[in-house]
Amino acid sequence: MKKFMIITILILNQYLLPSFCWANDSNFKLAVTTSFHNSGLSDVLIPALEKDIGIIVDLLVVGTGQALKLGSRGDVDAILVHSKKAEEEFVEQGFAPYRREIMYNDFVLIGSKADPSEIKNLNNLKLILETIRSTRSIFISRGDDSGTHKLELSLWRNAGQKPENFLVDWYWEVGAGMGATLNIASESSAYVISDRASWLNFGRKGDLEILFEGDEQLFNQYSYLPISAILYPKIKYKEARSVENWLVSTKARNLIKNYKIMGQNLFFPNPK
Amino acid sequence: MIDFKIKGANLLIKKSSSLLLGPMSFELVNLSFMILLGQNGAGKTSLLRLLHGLDSPESGSLVWEPKIKVEDQSFVFQSPIILRRNVLENVFYPLILRGVSKSDAISIAKEWLEKIFLIQKAYEPALSLSGGERQRMVIARALISKPKLLFLDEPTVNLDGESKLQIENLLKQALRDGTKIIMATHDLGQAKRLGEHILFLHNGKVVETTSVNSFFSEPQTDEALTFVRGGILR
Amino acid sequence: MSDLFQGFIQALMLIFTIDSDLYAISGRSLQVTMTATLIASVVGIPLGAWLAVSNFRLRNVLIICINALMGLPPVVVGLLVYLFLSKSGPFGVFNLLFTPSAMIIAQVIIILPIIASISHRTIRILWKEYRDFFISLNATRWQIILTLIKDSRRSLITAALAGFGRGIGEVGAIMIVGGNIDHATRVLTTAISLETSRGNFHLAMALGIVLIILSILINFLMHITVKSKYEQIDD
Repeated sequence: MKKFMIITILILNQYLLPSFCWANDSNFKLAVTTSFHNSGLSDVLIPALEKDIGIIVDLLVVGTGQALKLGSRGDVDAILVHSKKAEEEFVEQGFAPYRREIMYNDFVLIGSKADPSEIKNLNNLKLILETIRSTRSIFISRGDDSGTHKLELSLWRNAGQKPENFLVDWYWEVGAGMGATLNIASESSAYVISDRASWLNFGRKGDLEILFEGDEQLFNQYSYLPISAILYPKIKYKEARSVENWLVSTKARNLIKNYKIMGQNLFFPNPK
Repeated sequence: MIDFKIKGANLLIKKSSSLLLGPMSFELVNLSFMILLGQNGAGKTSLLRLLHGLDSPESGSLVWEPKIKVEDQSFVFQSPIILRRNVLENVFYPLILRGVSKSDAISIAKEWLEKIFLIQKAYEPALSLSGGERQRMVIARALISKPKLLFLDEPTVNLDGESKLQIENLLKQALRDGTKIIMATHDLGQAKRLGEHILFLHNGKVVETTSVNSFFSEPQTDEALTFVRGGILR
Repeated sequence: MSDLFQGFIQALMLIFTIDSDLYAISGRSLQVTMTATLIASVVGIPLGAWLAVSNFRLRNVLIICINALMGLPPVVVGLLVYLFLSKSGPFGVFNLLFTPSAMIIAQVIIILPIIASISHRTIRILWKEYRDFFISLNATRWQIILTLIKDSRRSLITAALAGFGRGIGEVGAIMIVGGNIDHATRVLTTAISLETSRGNFHLAMALGIVLIILSILINFLMHITVKSKYEQIDD
């Protein structure tokens, strides 16, 4: 009786529940960043892409750094990231034959309604950042080498600051994804830079709101990089090509253009 | 009926530098029912374990003529070692180890359970038995493989009269069936009732070896005399 | 607190409306961890038993190592397994990365020391009790191990469940080697992580509650299946 029960449980487990594959090489593996995925755009683009091309896409949602790492090791067939300098290095090192620009979105500066540094009415990004630093108001940084993080660092540098010297009493590097980072900002009523999509989708805004937006420096370029088939012969380079062509097609451009959250456009296609 | 001799010469047993037994020499012959007699701490258990091979001597030699294999010996411990199974499975365990088929083992074990009046409890957990029942069970388990030699370490200590009687009857029957017995006890009455030879121990040494009758009628040594009269030895 | 309550309500709704995504990832969680626990038990219990009854020079060193491995951070195991299974790694040819198989491998490595260690400790105690009896019967090493395993089975199930518990709640390793791919390698813990990172706390909490319920269910099932009245009465 007991043995019967154990065997039944084991069999049920293996056969009635979704089966899994022992080895998986059939699907197209695409590594994308969390900000792209969490915006919800991938839920619109990927199914359409799958249907039109006739492939199944295994989407790996990871940080920019990890996406580049996976690509450099040939564990994925292509990557979609937003970190130009890192991408250019990636191509230079031979991991990808080229980078193809697809679209851009923008970042916004978030802060609490209370705005302790009083930057709400300032119109200049450089001034805003200088003020936050001099008033030592809490600022949350992604701190994880992601595209967002690298963009944030470049903003400080363009403002003449040295983020590597910032002190931990006001500049918190949390080493986390956008959602977790926003969460910390919300709990601490702090300043933070976020991509617009993650912000709109974020469910615990608390007393936070957008305090500054629109500056060109806040535009964020997404590029598609197919992994080198020379380095990794088993890469699905044909499918990678098809995916790339689809992403710059008119259909894709329209899907991207028409994707809105709360009536706001998030991404703007700009393939060359 | 097998006849064998055990010769021990200059045996020493130590446990972390304290002397438990010896130096002692002896010759056990014409064994039928040998009693190792002595107070607590005299070394009876140590000697029993040594004879059966559970412990090794620090020095000295033990010679069997002829050697009786370990499989033909059985040992009943002072605290019975009970397997976490039912009574039946405990009793036939030695048979299973020897490759007897399960069905044969079960029927032989059931016969034994009848003999020791425990057949009703065959499928009860062995741990649920009372002290006397446990001892009967382990003795049946020890005898089920028809050993040539049976060792027992104070098997009826802490048991009531009824249990004691049942167990002594079991042992007498085993003797009649051809098993030689070496039993440790400090119970004078039991030694008289069951034993044929006595090895009297005190402070880890053999004090006197003789037949039961001689021991009780004419103890040769002071210690034996004191002991037989019910005194305490230091 | 309202998050907790909302999460609870959402959990019930997901369960009773038989949300297919929920059942899929729950099923996958169970599959991965149950398979890993099974493998780790088949290897770990005899290993623990063998260690308990053996007496060789390096024995203590081996036991200390296994105990130490229990404290191995799962995410480190995940990283190591990834490096081995990566296309650039030694076992890349097997194409195991980003499959449930890779997740099972990682979990076996994490769970094995726990099961081996607890099995060893449990069986050692019983062995000390039975030891003289085994010597007296001249039992073989193999007979000893089988007897001890059989008589300790309830405690050994507890060891397996301890391993299962560690596995079902693990997220670091399987995130790395599985990739948390939707409809392929997403399980309850990685889904919770994802939803938390998106700020969807209600959903995350709901999934967490489902996970707890599953864990309790499995524990309960295993205990009534391996009830043993033959072990110590006051167990």
